[in-house]
Amino acid sequence: MQPEQAQRAIVPGWRNDIQFPGASPSSKSTDTTMLTEATSVLPFGNGRSYGDSCLNSDGDLIDTCRLDNIIAFDRINGVLTVEPGVAFSDLLQIIVPAGWFLPVTPGTSQITVGGAIANDVHGKNHYRDGTFGCFVVNLTLANSTGLHVCSLSENAELFRATIGGLGLTGIITSATINLMRIHSSDMNVETQVFNSLDEFAEISRPLHESYQYAVAWLDCTANAKSLGRGVFLNANHADNGTLQYGSKHPGLNVPVNFPSRTLNHFSIKAFNQLYFYMQRRNVGKQLQKHYHSYFYPLDAIGQWHRIYGSKGFYQYQFIVPLTEISTMKKILTVIVESGMGSFLAVLKEFGKVSSPGMLSFPREGYCLALDFANRAEKTEQLIARIDGMVANAGGAAYPAKDRLMSATSFEQYFPQLNEFKQHVDPRFASDFWRRVNG
Amino acid sequence: MANKQAPNSDDKQLVSDTGNTNEQSNIKSAAILGASSALGQAIARQLAEQGHTLYLAARDEVKLDTVEKDLLARGASKVISLVTDFDDIGRHDELVKVIACVDSVYTVYGTLPDQTLCENNWDATMAALQTNFISTVSLLGRLAYEFESRGRGTLIVVSSVAGDRGRKSNYVYGSAKGALSIFSAGLRNRLAGTGVHVLTVKPGFIDTPMTQHLEKKPAVLWVNADKVATDILKAEAAGKNSLYTPWFWRYILLIISHIPEFIFKRLSL
Ligand SMILES: Cc1cc2nc3c(=O)[nH]c(=O)nc-3n(C[C@H](O)[C@H](O)[C@H](O)COP(=O)(O)OP(=O)(O)OC[C@H]3O[C@@H](n4cnc5c(N)ncnc54)[C@H](O)[C@@H]3O)c2cc1C
Ligand SMILES: NC(=O)c1ccc[n+]([C@@H]2O[C@H](COP(=O)([O-])OP(=O)(O)OC[C@H]3O[C@@H](n4cnc5c(N)ncnc54)[C@H](OP(=O)(O)O)[C@@H]3O)[C@@H](O)[C@H]2O)c1
Repeated sequence: MQPEQAQRAIVPGWRNDIQFPGASPSSKSTDTTMLTEATSVLPFGNGRSYGDSCLNSDGDLIDTCRLDNIIAFDRINGVLTVEPGVAFSDLLQIIVPAGWFLPVTPGTSQITVGGAIANDVHGKNHYRDGTFGCFVVNLTLANSTGLHVCSLSENAELFRATIGGLGLTGIITSATINLMRIHSSDMNVETQVFNSLDEFAEISRPLHESYQYAVAWLDCTANAKSLGRGVFLNANHADNGTLQYGSKHPGLNVPVNFPSRTLNHFSIKAFNQLYFYMQRRNVGKQLQKHYHSYFYPLDAIGQWHRIYGSKGFYQYQFIVPLTEISTMKKILTVIVESGMGSFLAVLKEFGKVSSPGMLSFPREGYCLALDFANRAEKTEQLIARIDGMVANAGGAAYPAKDRLMSATSFEQYFPQLNEFKQHVDPRFASDFWRRVNG
Repeated sequence: MANKQAPNSDDKQLVSDTGNTNEQSNIKSAAILGASSALGQAIARQLAEQGHTLYLAARDEVKLDTVEKDLLARGASKVISLVTDFDDIGRHDELVKVIACVDSVYTVYGTLPDQTLCENNWDATMAALQTNFISTVSLLGRLAYEFESRGRGTLIVVSSVAGDRGRKSNYVYGSAKGALSIFSAGLRNRLAGTGVHVLTVKPGFIDTPMTQHLEKKPAVLWVNADKVATDILKAEAAGKNSLYTPWFWRYILLIISHIPEFIFKRLSL
């Protein structure tokens, strides 16, 4: 089992604003009795969403941590049926040795299947494979009106509302997922440097031809001259090798909260430069790495978020259309000028593969994920300013990483919102929903 | 899937099995008495990942079915499910006959009675003692006899830190667990040198359905069932006699057991 899982459920160490769950129904009670008496409920996965879409201060959270059974695993065809509380890390332990992999995975393995569906998560292979929701064959949903089996052919609208549905349509009690075949647990990783956003845009496309995964790390502290420089980390699953689940223990641990001032402008800058030069050494080399270190670098640093000190941090992730690279440049300039540059800034190009999800965030364009140490109003103002630019460019922001989005922006970012609203269960709500459902 | 039936319906079978592979001689086997408990399932999952053959016993057929499927998906080479209520001591011979072939048996079932209720409800008190002590003694006694005659096997007895000293907040549960600790120690002493080993496990606070209603404070004292399962399997492999899990409970209990009674009786712990 994962020692990492010790972080879950019990007053999560991950964030300190999560209330004690109203209920953690055990598996097997796959009926609507798991909806507590509270007038407002929200399913809770593992709280790996950064914002307030996984919080419900005016009601109950229904903790799915005990709904963690594997219902069936077809090892020949790679089809898996699970309860929603199973963590990705737990799944990998079972499927990797059998020659299968998650078709889409975010940058942490400490999320649940329910959370992955409700945020319709994306990985570094969006341009090729789409979102997690594209691989959901069917799911069972418990809501105020009962239990519903949903797929593209049965209760299709409820299915489409539930994928990316932010936990508002009911609680997913099981899901069947198509897995992806692998022949090795290793990845062939190649590093490539770019010195500007234009260069990024130029090399991104051709990379998509030869790599299943591509992600770029962007230096957000660089000065005007080197603005937009960064490194690409591209990868394919290796063709042959051993099939090992691999590293279980977070290698490093950040034991206590750093003093809030630790992460000042100079330390961010130093980190970014160091990272940039370290990756530079690998340029042009083919490195063989275990998938864990390619996909989940942060999982290796237990409690990494503590680096941001006791005040925590904000995340902000947005997409702008491919034609809006100039907006991306302007946004970077704003960040550099603010001196509040991000510790980790991750740039990806999303493709055309569309998700069944009505509120799915990924769409074609350039996607940048940022985090900012919490400097109260100063940070909020910066994010609001960036958000305005994203909206003007016809982009969108990611609810999973947001706690500031306005009702107006939300409506603009998600054109199928009205259709979605028809499927929101009146008993389900979140802090995020109360804010954006103007 | 084969039918699983309660052993008290005479005309029906006790056992059903499903499996990934055919019988192989080097595969280890274990019986989990209380397989639907959070801790029992956590232990079973780790054993399943090592490809064990698992005998599962629990009273709730629906839960047992879920657990069985989960363990098969996780790699158990074979799962044999037994639906039985451990309070029904009349069925223990039958149960022990089926599981006597295994390498290790884990007793991981129990109830945490409402202490205030037990203060004036003798049925509730007796029921708690029956489940947490008497029924386990009945099973362990029978298993010890079988294991001793073949000269091999390990009994892993899940007791509790609550059994180390009587406290007003849970002394009915505590006395059953305390008695169980003493019984298992005696068994270990008796079986020393016979090839049969007994491991007494004393967990602290585990976040499971049993403790669902309790506030998880202070958080550092609470762990999940996986952690305890890992500790138990490590202690078993190392041939330990008794285990406090997590480790710090040994020291907490050392302090608690040294507080003089004239002070202790006034405390609210
Ligand atoms: C280090 C890190 C890297 C990340 N990288 C990425 C990335 O690359 N791509 C990406 O897309 N995201 C990424 N994320 C965000 C994360 O993947 C999502 O927020 C994910 O949804 C969190 O899952 P969770 O299980 O923790 O769910 P929670 O955060 O607990 O909940 C998320 C949502 O799912 C709902 N939900 C949970 N369970 C159920 C259920 N059973 N039924 C119905 N609704 C349910 C909740 O109500 C909530 O709305 C990252 C997060 C971290 C911490
Ligand atoms: N949780 C803790 O903090 C803690 C601390 C120390 C020791 N322990 C011990 O750890 C063990 C596992 O408990 P847990 O914490 O994992 O709690 P749990 O999930 O609530 O498990 C208790 C299990 O015992 C079963 N059970 C009770 N009476 C039974 C009977 N007469 N016949 C058959 N099964 C019966 C229950 O079956 P049903 O599911 O059918 O009800 C349930 O599955 C117990 O021995 C407990 O005393 C727990």
